[in-house]
Amino acid sequence: MTKKIDVDVSVLLDKLVTDLTPLLAINPVIIGIHTGGSWLAEILHQRLAINEPCGSLDISFYRDDFSRIGLNPEVKASDIPQDISDRHILLIDDVLQTGRTIRAAMNEIFDYGRPASIHLCVLVERNGHELPIQADYCGMTLDLRPDQQIKLTGPEKLSLMVGDLAAGDNQS
Amino acid sequence: MAELMNIHIQGGRVIDPANNIDRVEDLYVANGNIIASGDAPDGFTADKIIDATNQIVCPGLVDLSARMREPGQEYKATLKSECAAAIAGGITTSCCPPDTTPIIDTPAMANMLTHRGREIGLTHILPLGALTNALGGKTLSDMHALHRAGCVAFSNANHAITNTMVMRRAMEYASSFDLLLILHANDPWLSDNGCMHEGEISTRLGLAGIPEAAETVIVARDLALIEQTGVRAHFARLSSARSVDLIVQARKRGLKVTADVAIHHLHLTEYDVSDFNTLCRVIPPLRSERDRDHLRTAVEQGDIQAICSDHQPHERDAKLAAFSEAEPGISGLETLLPLGLKLVHEGVMDLNTLVTRLSSGPAALLGIKAGSLSAGCLADICIFDPHEEWLLDSAKLLSKGHNTPFKHWPLKGRVNTTLLAGNIVYSRV
Amino acid sequence: MRQHLQYTDNGKLRHFLSIEGLKKETLQQILSTADKFTQFGQRDIKKLPLLRGHTVVNLFFENSSRTRTTFEIAAKRLSADVINLNPGTSSTSKGETLLDTVNILEAMHTDLFVIRHAKSGVAELIARHVPDHVHIINAGDGQHAHPTQAMLDMFTIRQYKSTFNELRVAIVGDILHSRVARSQIHALNTLGVHEIRVVAPNSLLPSQIERLGVHAYNDLQQGLEGVDVVMMLRLQKERMQNAYIPSEQEYFNLYGLTTESLAAAAEDAIIMHPGPINRGLEISSVVADGPRSVILPQVTNGIAVRMAVMAMVLGGEGNG
Repeated sequence: MTKKIDVDVSVLLDKLVTDLTPLLAINPVIIGIHTGGSWLAEILHQRLAINEPCGSLDISFYRDDFSRIGLNPEVKASDIPQDISDRHILLIDDVLQTGRTIRAAMNEIFDYGRPASIHLCVLVERNGHELPIQADYCGMTLDLRPDQQIKLTGPEKLSLMVGDLAAGDNQS
Repeated sequence: MAELMNIHIQGGRVIDPANNIDRVEDLYVANGNIIASGDAPDGFTADKIIDATNQIVCPGLVDLSARMREPGQEYKATLKSECAAAIAGGITTSCCPPDTTPIIDTPAMANMLTHRGREIGLTHILPLGALTNALGGKTLSDMHALHRAGCVAFSNANHAITNTMVMRRAMEYASSFDLLLILHANDPWLSDNGCMHEGEISTRLGLAGIPEAAETVIVARDLALIEQTGVRAHFARLSSARSVDLIVQARKRGLKVTADVAIHHLHLTEYDVSDFNTLCRVIPPLRSERDRDHLRTAVEQGDIQAICSDHQPHERDAKLAAFSEAEPGISGLETLLPLGLKLVHEGVMDLNTLVTRLSSGPAALLGIKAGSLSAGCLADICIFDPHEEWLLDSAKLLSKGHNTPFKHWPLKGRVNTTLLAGNIVYSRV
Repeated sequence: MRQHLQYTDNGKLRHFLSIEGLKKETLQQILSTADKFTQFGQRDIKKLPLLRGHTVVNLFFENSSRTRTTFEIAAKRLSADVINLNPGTSSTSKGETLLDTVNILEAMHTDLFVIRHAKSGVAELIARHVPDHVHIINAGDGQHAHPTQAMLDMFTIRQYKSTFNELRVAIVGDILHSRVARSQIHALNTLGVHEIRVVAPNSLLPSQIERLGVHAYNDLQQGLEGVDVVMMLRLQKERMQNAYIPSEQEYFNLYGLTTESLAAAAEDAIIMHPGPINRGLEISSVVADGPRSVILPQVTNGIAVRMAVMAMVLGGEGNG
């Protein structure tokens, strides 16, 4: 059973835009992680008025649980329009929990080239870290029970939904 | 060998087609022979009573082809194991094709097999002599001597005689002594390296096919030569409707030709090969449904006079290979009667017809004294329960060959007791 | 029966043995997954970590450096370890059976075998005898099937023709002996093309081929009339020796794809060939190297398609 939580996503986005503005000085490349991160990346890319196109990553081929869950039939293409060598990357995702998605994303980015730095920005950072990865910028932090999950729904009306974890669900 | 007992077979339904008998009555056996039916003969006291109530009592089955693999291929099976399997299938007379190693083209080999058969004492072994030396299709074998040594008929097994002149001479020579020829119709060039019926399934599976013409071309050829030479001939293991038609026409013209079919050709078709099932690799190949149905009708109507097991036991590795590399053949002694009964249950033929095709029919075409329950005949008797339902477990077969595609088939009908020359050689109860 | 063998009980692809028996969704998933892999082929680092830790054995009983190489490249791009074995006929002469070879390798913890063999049905035979965690991909068995070739052909068609629904496809040549043709026919039918034609003299057409859902033609002109895709097949030179056809010259005159014969096809028809090409026998150089030939893209696509098949077959069952 899921329910919408009483948080206005646009308020979180406003906060992120404010926090991220100083970063524009280093001319970052924005890359969003499918699917939620891509929606957010598009919005932030527009609101931060960045000229260069926004990139997107599908980490399906870099997940660490391929042997268990196999190929995602809905895998989309990764698209990094520019050469990222020596560039600063602003990596965007919706929820940071275990950190495995971010690890996979970083592995994938390094297969495209050697970036100068990677800054991580997420909408929600929650408890349940399994790897030493944390967000540099985050809209809000949240503590949930281990059997609960938080998801960003969209792309039309972005909202955050909290629900109980179904058996076998994957956590990011 | 056990002492000969007086045996009273009580209350069974006796089906004896040779004498036109189908009724419930008792049979009496003494000194290895059937001595009477109905009422006990005067002074008869039974040493053993076999209760045959609700069972069928018929002549021991006569099987036109069973490869016992001895001598030469004892790693596949032996006379001892296969004779045990035969009687479990109610078979009391087994014809051994000549393609043993060494080949049955000398009287010594024929004698050896007959002798071994008697020694084992489970089923009568009748050797089939080679028609040509070494089955090579070039020179004639000592047919007369082989006949004297016990060969009831002559065959070149699956080695085609392609030289028509040699075939003609073989027929002429055999006809001088009224010897029976068993012919396997196959044109090796048309068969080429085919391994299944040429048709839709061979196309799907990408397997080289054996066209129907490979059989009919030779049936037609041999019929012409039979007509020319007047030899007594029998066509073995027909696989196609067209062949049946050719033979029927020939019989209408007065030719004395007979034919048999292997039991599996009355059940299986090319579709049974659909998943590369090597257990369905046989020669001649399983053909279309139309062919199977036509063969069934021919058996029912008597255009085919005998059904045989075409027993070919194999070791496991022989079938564990690519389809075209697997050795052909089905282990079929123990399923001959049950699969025949399946045809009766499906309404393809009645029980009397089945028993005829399995006993008196083959006996008559071979010209041997068997397949009959007349008083004075050797007591070769099969007693079976036509109703018992069972599942075939290939691991439990008595034959050393477990290569049967009929495993897990539900069967109805099972042999309970088999007598050979008045001895109970097999009893399941 | 073959459908059941290729899928696990949960409907996941377990073995890739033949197109026959596969669902349309599976074929479509292979195509879309291959699409993604194509893009990675344009990166400098072409490797993906998907199959790291897995061992892929190329078990080629029948030689083919071209196919084996593409499977090897595909496996390495997915970071798998690759072993190439060419048992050829030497094992069988030692009395070692097919299954013995497989058992030995499997004892070395291999989970994927890519098998090519000269006899039909071998991939399936092996697949029936391996334990649950072992997977088999058929790289060509006798005259029966060559499913990865058919898939890369479908992928190539999709690249140039976008949809399958209205396509008329002609397959020309030695259909009788061709595992590629059989797999192509099944794939084209499953993906729902409008019409499939096979063009050959009767001596090179298999018995009852129309039952597979094709129309048979003996005349090349008529067979190519208005088709959108022309798939040429290789003719082995020994067919002349075994009385299937008279001479190379006659074959080329009647069935060779030249600029003239190609004119009967649609203006934007594409020309395909699984390779290697016999120039001047089944196809003229002008056409093979011409603007409508997609023979080279076929080869490139072979890598992405084989990556897709390996990934689908080796991936876990999960819920994903």
